[in-house]
Amino acid sequence: MNLWPFVLYAALVLITAGSMIGLSAILGERHKERFTNQPYEGGILSEGTARARFSIKFYMMAMFFVVFDLESVFLYSWAVAARDLGWVGYWEALIFIGVLVAALVYLWRLGALDWSPDTRRKTR
Amino acid sequence: MNPVLLKIIVLVGILLVVLGLASGLIWLERRLLALWQDRYGPNRVGPFGLLQVMADMIKIFFKEDWIPPFADKWVFVFAPSIVMITVLLTFAIIPFTSVIQITDMNVGILFFLGMSSLGVYSVVLGGWASNNKYSLLGGMRAASQMLSYEVFMGLSLMGTVMLAGSFSLRAIVEAQQHMWFVIPQFLGFVLFFIAGVAETRRLPFDLPEAESELVAGFHSEYSGMKFGMFFVGEYLGVILISALISVLFFGGWLGPVLPPVVWIILKTLFFICFFILLRAALPRPRFDQLMSWGWKWMLPLTLANLAVTGAVVVAMRR
Repeated sequence: MNLWPFVLYAALVLITAGSMIGLSAILGERHKERFTNQPYEGGILSEGTARARFSIKFYMMAMFFVVFDLESVFLYSWAVAARDLGWVGYWEALIFIGVLVAALVYLWRLGALDWSPDTRRKTR
Repeated sequence: MNPVLLKIIVLVGILLVVLGLASGLIWLERRLLALWQDRYGPNRVGPFGLLQVMADMIKIFFKEDWIPPFADKWVFVFAPSIVMITVLLTFAIIPFTSVIQITDMNVGILFFLGMSSLGVYSVVLGGWASNNKYSLLGGMRAASQMLSYEVFMGLSLMGTVMLAGSFSLRAIVEAQQHMWFVIPQFLGFVLFFIAGVAETRRLPFDLPEAESELVAGFHSEYSGMKFGMFFVGEYLGVILISALISVLFFGGWLGPVLPPVVWIILKTLFFICFFILLRAALPRPRFDQLMSWGWKWMLPLTLANLAVTGAVVVAMRR
């Protein structure tokens, strides 16, 4: 694989992105009025900072992503060699997929995949 | 011709065409949406309103490029460029024809998946650095949506990888000489398309910037060209997913009579128009529906597709 075209292309992409930011910083107008430097919250005066607490669900999704995406990487390497590995490889991959599905069913039953607390109580 | 010179022409050409097409899409989308909603759309600047793109570009460069004093300055400035850089870099691996390709990586699909994962940083950092509550919520939504759909976006492609026996996009196109992969991998195609819509944050999955609830979501505080880069990045994403669908499932540049370049352009344009039609036709789901749809339906379906395809590929091997 010849790498230099990619490096040249990447350099061009970086230059394009940089010059877009740079040009608009130079060309853009500037103004300052009473409420210019307020965060925009639909016309209402901002209350408190945005470094506030938010739902833990977002964090849970990131955790699930780490769990499932890491496991799917192993399936990628099986997929590319599926033909050579034959039936032995296939059954092993199937067991692995089974473990993945078991984890998914566990999370599902736990109610971790539901966003509203009501449905979570129902499944218990 | 000198191969080095040819490569440089191809490389600059791809960059210019892709960027031109991305800004042209703003016009195309507005015209098509207008057509489907019984309006005219932009038709004043130039023939058929074609110069609207130029007018918008001049305007956006002279708009105030505001960096909020309460924002995290460096992250705020850098965030919009991430999405553009990652998407543009992915175009390096796409084989538009057997000649028009920047580099044929043997891990092409993995490179694409890696770059699209990195693209998540753009919206998360942009939303967080803005120090605005709407932006923060939009950024968090974008993160969990893109991460969730990322999981089966990769897995939905593994069926085609199994059939072609390679991660290289060129090898995948060449394996489709006799049959497009959309026929044996129809489920994979549908799953990849849905994941692609969620990944580019297009309607009906544009909840990170749902303007009726979050002002503009993660780019509420962005103005000028920084906003423009999020915008162009989204259109670049649409072109990228459309081009990838044509390459992976619809035989890429292969086709009768017409030259290969025309085929890949026709196929890509078809899927771009389909993206726009989705926006015109479908309502937005709720965010909890979107997430449970992804985890409870798409992921099990992808795994089933993988298991069945694997069995067929192993049984049919010579």
